[in-house]
Amino acid sequence: MAVRLRTPLSTEDVLRLEVGDVVYLSGEIVTARDSAHRRILSLPKEELPFNPEGAVIYHCGPVVRKTGEGYEVVSAGPTTSARMNRYLDGVLDLGVRGIIGKGGMKAEPFRGRAIYFAFTGGAGSLAAKSVKRVRAVHWLDLGIPEALWVLEVEDFPLLVAIDAHGNSLYR
Amino acid sequence: MIDAIVEAIRLAVTRIPDDVVSALREAYEREDNDVARFNLGNILRAIEIGRTESIPVCQDTGTLTFFVEAGVESPFLGEVKDWLVEATRKATTEIPLRPNAVDVLTGENSGDNTGKDVPVIHWELVPGDAIRIAVLPKGGGSENCSALAMLTPGEGWEGVKRFVVERIKACGGKPCPPVVLGIGVGGGADYSLLLAKKALLRRVGERNPDERIAEIEGELLEEINALGVGPMGMGGKTTALDVKIEVTHRHPASFPVGLIVQCWANRRAFVRIKPDGRVEVWQ
Repeated sequence: MAVRLRTPLSTEDVLRLEVGDVVYLSGEIVTARDSAHRRILSLPKEELPFNPEGAVIYHCGPVVRKTGEGYEVVSAGPTTSARMNRYLDGVLDLGVRGIIGKGGMKAEPFRGRAIYFAFTGGAGSLAAKSVKRVRAVHWLDLGIPEALWVLEVEDFPLLVAIDAHGNSLYR
Repeated sequence: MIDAIVEAIRLAVTRIPDDVVSALREAYEREDNDVARFNLGNILRAIEIGRTESIPVCQDTGTLTFFVEAGVESPFLGEVKDWLVEATRKATTEIPLRPNAVDVLTGENSGDNTGKDVPVIHWELVPGDAIRIAVLPKGGGSENCSALAMLTPGEGWEGVKRFVVERIKACGGKPCPPVVLGIGVGGGADYSLLLAKKALLRRVGERNPDERIAEIEGELLEEINALGVGPMGMGGKTTALDVKIEVTHRHPASFPVGLIVQCWANRRAFVRIKPDGRVEVWQ
């Protein structure tokens, strides 16, 4: 099945997807890697620079180029999600309903509440084509790769690799 | 000189070498699984975009590692290190690269891919008056799967195979398969890993000139592809594009095996600096 979805994701959006489905995702996604996850979980929900309810977190540290007024994404493929297993329950508890990454994660925490979308690791130049613009960047003190980039994507082609019913494509 | 090195770095991160692309195309043709074809198709498209738009194919432009074969009669021996550091800085803003050098204690990013002993430079003194530099940008996801095994001599080559196959199975999709493996056997713990990393500079499809080693490379490649890990760990026929083994003599009590895992983006480029200052850059 191929479907088009827009963020924020609803619980219904999440529950109707199954592993192997292709999703063309549009709307806002936020990048977060190890350090950003630690900071997300150290702050009260109302102090976060994004609304986690229905949000999609992208495990990605982009290559960016400074433009006159902001930044442009040059290359932006996913990073290895397994490093973020330790923060997974925490972010899903905040209401996050989608994770984009590569390499897979623990399947159990997704059950009943979220989806793990895979994009192809290393295909950063292709992923960047789906990024329409950088809406904002927070926590640049963590460095460019680890900062929280708020990106607007259009028809980002993703594979449902872990669904909310306990199924996973990973071997 | 610095510009030539920047050019080599640009070549390495924006163009995947032709031998690697051919191996990926063949893998795409072989696959009949939709998910594996989704991933390999994306890889081939990303390579094309990198090449035509001159942008980094993978956002993880890695830690820059340089292997320098320094001709002892070259007039430039004293300057090469400064050139490499300066070229790394310049490449970071010009290409651009992702700044990936982080202080171990504070986690602070230096912002320009340089830092204590970064970029990494491996030196080898060779006869002659030329300097040959190999550029190897390597991502963190694949590097995290690299490993060292200190086998007992009794485990021998069967032990090498078991170690490598089990490691690749356990790593699954994390290192961005289909991977290229560099394996160094012998020489002590340190040297086996260095040999393994240097082995990644060989072309995909090129076997070790020693037929006995070449045979083991082929057997290992077959065993790894039989695992079914597949592109990105989601199943498929191709888990590795190639296996490169380098060997050296060992201590009779030791059997070190260094394993360096490289993602499908097996990037590289070369620079040669002649004594009259002329420079060549190639891939």
